[in-house]
Amino acid sequence: MQLAISVSDLSKKYESGFAVSHANFQVPAGTICGFVGPNGAGKTTTIRMLLGLISPTGGSGEILGQSIQDPEKYLPLVGAMIEGPAFYPALSGSENLKVLASLGGFPMERVDQLLEQVGLAERGKSKYKTYSLGMKQRLGIAAALLPNPKLLILDEPTNGLDPEGIQEIRQLLRGLAENGTTVFVSSHLLSELELISEYLVMLRKGEVVFAGAIQDLFDQQQPFMLVNTLDEKDLEKIIQIAEAAGHEAHIRAGVAHIKGPAEWAGTLNKLAFESGIVLTQLSPQMPNLEETFFEMTGEQK
Amino acid sequence: MITSIARIFAAEWRKLRRPTLLLGTLGAVAFFSILVSSLLFLMIDSPNGNGDRGIRITREMLSLPSGATQSFSSIGNLLGIIALCVFAAQTAQEYSLGTLRNLLVREPGRIRLLVGKLASMKVFAIIMTLVSAVISIGISYALAGGKNVSTELWFNGDGRLEIAKTLLNVFISILGFGIIGMVLGILLRSPISSISLGVLWLLIVENIVGAVKASTLQWLPGNQLGTIATGGSDTITYTHALSLSAIYVGVALIIATVLFTKRDVAN
Repeated sequence: MQLAISVSDLSKKYESGFAVSHANFQVPAGTICGFVGPNGAGKTTTIRMLLGLISPTGGSGEILGQSIQDPEKYLPLVGAMIEGPAFYPALSGSENLKVLASLGGFPMERVDQLLEQVGLAERGKSKYKTYSLGMKQRLGIAAALLPNPKLLILDEPTNGLDPEGIQEIRQLLRGLAENGTTVFVSSHLLSELELISEYLVMLRKGEVVFAGAIQDLFDQQQPFMLVNTLDEKDLEKIIQIAEAAGHEAHIRAGVAHIKGPAEWAGTLNKLAFESGIVLTQLSPQMPNLEETFFEMTGEQK
Repeated sequence: MITSIARIFAAEWRKLRRPTLLLGTLGAVAFFSILVSSLLFLMIDSPNGNGDRGIRITREMLSLPSGATQSFSSIGNLLGIIALCVFAAQTAQEYSLGTLRNLLVREPGRIRLLVGKLASMKVFAIIMTLVSAVISIGISYALAGGKNVSTELWFNGDGRLEIAKTLLNVFISILGFGIIGMVLGILLRSPISSISLGVLWLLIVENIVGAVKASTLQWLPGNQLGTIATGGSDTITYTHALSLSAIYVGVALIIATVLFTKRDVAN
């Protein structure tokens, strides 16, 4: 399997501690890989190390077969948008892209093509400072696509985009992956990532808690049910009932999350009724990325 | 290597040539050139003097081959401060806007990036120098007749040599100030902080220190760079100013280069 990204024990330590600690993961070429983790988990630090912007304090990595110690060898084939778009406010969108096109030695015709591709053709001559957040985001994506990249690294590409824009970006990323581009994308929109990603890297407090095919992640997870009660105080009782029956259970955001197959829902309903608890919700769920994320990172919704 | 630097130069030049920056800067250059040249000639008979810090520059002095560039050379300090502000802002904004990460992804060779940026800023400094030279020499020529200053020697062989020498000196001076601005931009990573510190040092600190202890003037960096523009002064020789400036600018550039190449880009 050809790898677009491969890191081994990659670490970044500051005086305050590890921002990224001994990260190990691989991203196969030509796939879309989601990169998730709570705020401060070390996603941006990892991306910066992959792009040669900050030096790792330990470990190693390869991008497109080249060591991350030598970014000059692989960056011409990499497009990136890190921590949102950053451009010169007094220049137009088109001029901003031309600055980067000049720098990378890319043909200027590509600028107009990309503005068209991201839906900014009509506003290309407007100054960047007049752009909405969604337009800035689109320009950032256009800049990342300038080198016709083999690897595209995007940090929160859908920030500020409306649903239509999000759908367009989803289609764009799928199209790129179909044409062989590897897309490594971090996002807080987990449902979006679930729709497009085949692979996933999940970070928590600087450590990789999962790296692999997204289906493998779901296969590791059990189905669960969401339970709510008429009287809020009864939620604790429901948890006790579930745990007594050998099911893992906890309350999150005012709803009981109980692991167990959908068939057990009837039994739970019966046990609740016998204890005088009125259920207002009893919904069996299959594992999804959002639930799994909260489960694995210990984050609260 | 050369191709990369040429690409970086072209990218940087796109930013420098934007009308608000280029025309705004050249407007300031024109204003100071007109102001200083006009004061030099219009106040030629003033008992309070007509030159820098009240120095009297007489008709006889202005009639020499160096007369054409007298005002131009004394604008050096002001042009230097403008260059410092432009270079500092252009460098520090890459940090404050977060655009440095885009630049480094497209051009990971950090020394090359710095060299390319400096090359385009040099061209900017050359344009500033030429615009100021044309305006100040033009104004001087226009006002000379009305103030009975002979321009006979201004454009003969010696005069042309003086013009060439002053152009070079003013350019070196502006470039020195500009590099100091660029270094401040890299060190402080904020346009406001780097411009404030640079201007505060040059306009206030050096003047106060120099006024309290005049002998320090021959060691202060801004004063050395200003002296290069005038081709030397009564108290500081051209060679002294040039060598000391080269040391100051060289050391500052080494520190900035090390920081720029080694420091994490974490904003």
